[in-house]
Amino acid sequence: MSAVTSDRTAAGSSPAATTTASGGTRQFRLPDLGEGLTESEIVSWRVKVGDVVELNQVIGEVETAKAVVELPSPFAGQVTALLAQPGQVVAVGAPIAEFEVATAAPAPSKSAPAPSAPSAPAPASSAKREPNLVGYGAMPEAAGRPVRKARSWATAGLAAPAPAAATSPAPAAATSPAPAAVTSPERPRSTPPVRKLAKDLGVDLAVVHGTGPHGLVTRDDVLATVGTADVGTTDVGTASTGKPEPAEAAPAGPRSENGRETRIPIQGVRKQTAAAMVASAFTAPHASEFLTVDVTPTMELLAKLKASKAFEAVRLTPMTLAAKAVLVALGRHPSLNARWDEKAQEIIQYHYVNLGFAAATPRGLLVPNVKDAQALDLRGLANAIAGLADSAREGRIAPGDLTGGTITITNIGVFGVDAGTPILNPGEAAILAMGQVRRTPWEHGGQVALREVLTLSLSFDHRLVDGEQASRFLADVGAVLADPGMIVTMV
Amino acid sequence: MSTYQMTAGHGGSPIQLLSPDGVRHPHERYDRFLADIDGRVDGVDATALLASVFEDMVVARRIDAEGTALQRQGQLGLWPPFVGQEAAQIGSAHAIGQEDFIFPSYREIGVAYARGAELSDLVRQWRGNAHSGWDPFALNMAPSQVVIGAQTLHAVGYAMGVLFDGAETAVVTYFGDGATSQGDVNESMVFAASFQAPVVFFCQNNQWAISEPVGVQAHVPIAHRAPGFGIPSVRIDGNDVLACLAATREALERARSGNGPSFIEAVTYRMGPHTTADDPTRYRDANELEDWKEKDPIARFDAYLTSIGVLDDGLRARVAEKADSVAAALREATIHMPDPEPDSLFEHVYSGPQPVLDRQREHFERYRAGLETGIGAGSNPSAEGGH
Repeated sequence: MSAVTSDRTAAGSSPAATTTASGGTRQFRLPDLGEGLTESEIVSWRVKVGDVVELNQVIGEVETAKAVVELPSPFAGQVTALLAQPGQVVAVGAPIAEFEVATAAPAPSKSAPAPSAPSAPAPASSAKREPNLVGYGAMPEAAGRPVRKARSWATAGLAAPAPAAATSPAPAAATSPAPAAVTSPERPRSTPPVRKLAKDLGVDLAVVHGTGPHGLVTRDDVLATVGTADVGTTDVGTASTGKPEPAEAAPAGPRSENGRETRIPIQGVRKQTAAAMVASAFTAPHASEFLTVDVTPTMELLAKLKASKAFEAVRLTPMTLAAKAVLVALGRHPSLNARWDEKAQEIIQYHYVNLGFAAATPRGLLVPNVKDAQALDLRGLANAIAGLADSAREGRIAPGDLTGGTITITNIGVFGVDAGTPILNPGEAAILAMGQVRRTPWEHGGQVALREVLTLSLSFDHRLVDGEQASRFLADVGAVLADPGMIVTMV
Repeated sequence: MSTYQMTAGHGGSPIQLLSPDGVRHPHERYDRFLADIDGRVDGVDATALLASVFEDMVVARRIDAEGTALQRQGQLGLWPPFVGQEAAQIGSAHAIGQEDFIFPSYREIGVAYARGAELSDLVRQWRGNAHSGWDPFALNMAPSQVVIGAQTLHAVGYAMGVLFDGAETAVVTYFGDGATSQGDVNESMVFAASFQAPVVFFCQNNQWAISEPVGVQAHVPIAHRAPGFGIPSVRIDGNDVLACLAATREALERARSGNGPSFIEAVTYRMGPHTTADDPTRYRDANELEDWKEKDPIARFDAYLTSIGVLDDGLRARVAEKADSVAAALREATIHMPDPEPDSLFEHVYSGPQPVLDRQREHFERYRAGLETGIGAGSNPSAEGGH
């Protein structure tokens, strides 16, 4: 196989040539001569100070826990010191001898770089990596555990305390401590079960304020985050508008192995919706109430408005009027337009209404909201809702339109059903579901008549809304829909 | 069942073509496998062949000595010396074709050298620099196997694959006398025989399984076991490089011609410790080593080559110089071997992307990013004392 003239090595180099590339004093530290030994005993020296030794010349004997072994000199040169006496037990890594190594002859320095040719490592890595002596175990200075960087997360958390939400007119979601966390490479301290919980709820631990020892993120912290609008990053809206979703990379799409079942990867809007619903359902204690109303007057008003010049080309629906009714009722019962801030142990009472409405889109459920809806007249409200609904269906809705909602309406009537128990959009205190407007035999003027009847379903967060406020609110909404003229009694 | 009997070396004394005094004895069965090296093939330079075998043996021994010294100097974590086994390793290696595949144990450093391994690759694993030394597909030689005997299973599996492919490749697996007591080796022989796999079991019986002498685990010559599995075997003098070359060539021919596996017991001697962490003086008689030095494989071949005029002082000096230069290059490659990047831990685990591994890599990177200093970065230049 290999011929006599094999060129695997640089021709002309000799063992002496490898001793060093330059002169000077060199130390020989005691290697780990067995596997995992920490010390060895010097048995004898075969050389004395002043002797000139060759490379690999035996200079002494060492007894380890496993064997008596001869030590070959790692240098060619003069012995200048023997740093341990026979009988002495020396720790692995401690210097045992010193050598004065002659300045290299021309030939050696020439041959020194040559053998590096066959070695594989790339230049890039060799530039920044330094050789280490394997036989010495861990280097003395590097002994002990690796040193961790200071926890930038903890300080960032302190520097950006929870926003004093009650005094802030802007939606608190916008001022979460998230930016500080983004710059921190340190994973927030937590425990595996809590990380699992956060993962399941779609909560990024980096935005959670840890209240445990040393900033430890606890189960309650995660749940509290879910219960607030801080989840901004995880609620239905934002996450479904192009936030990078690493988990989506792996599953390709629905697959069906036998045609009888299809497995669909949970991702995108579905995943975010699920996370939001889980977060909401297991954070806010839901209570629901129902009210069935004869809305014939509202339908008549609707028909009248549609026919009017002022509302030409405006998309008016029963939901538009229901939205108006909600806005009117909220003015009288503001506790339903509020948020429970677990972290701050405060209830945030909004003095504005960002009215959300659920929109079924090809991508799934989206909940855009009309900002400052309380300030809009009916025409403005109708246009705002129609515009957002179109944007949502066409997949071009802005992230800001999906965050910061304060209360939500969901129109399940368009699917031909009457009632349900909706789950709160996370962070909100109430959600109203509209059933279908159905022509129903109904008491009217002391007789049974066919009337346009609608059932309203209200779910509310019982932490901050009691049955009384919820009932009064729902009754007001119903009263307006039963007789729009009642508004004049309310505002 | 006569075909399953031991086919040679059954008389107790292993087959020998070169006696310890360097005299070549003709052998009816094996001479035909040595026609080229004996100078009986036109156009083949027998002198060059003999010289290359001699050089590889001398260089291999020098590599072994340097590896041992490097370990004593703290440059290698461990080294498994093979001094005394040069004839078995170099002789067999010279018989194996480039397209054949080798599954070695950890001690086949001489085989790897003869196979053309880079010098740095011979020490990489022992420096703790990588999990294995060389690219298996560059050498057609698997990474050295530390799990005793496990490589025989890999070899038989590969050989069964060769059968399915209908290729003419042969497979050789190396192991020691101690490994023959392992279940893996016995199971692999069952499968090799059942499937008539083209594999050569090359057992270097170096007399010691660490501190256990071979007689403790084998009451009959190890080669006697193979016929029980249905595998023809031979017992050869493992310190006779020509016997090792011839027997391996014969077994490879059998494998390539569809006649199934073979078993070779090369009787040799581990003149050094089991590894550098071992002290053989604690368990074996010093006289035994002296006896085996009389049968030294290199001295024997040296005597033979000298007697036929191939080896003179000029060639001897050139070979010695070559050995020294290889040793120097090995030392340089060892001392200046850069530490691997921590991330390289994740390479070559799976053939393609693997989500669990990707996640581990990601966690590891995050862990590293959280440290003040890198892992394994040579932050202590004064420890670099081994020049």
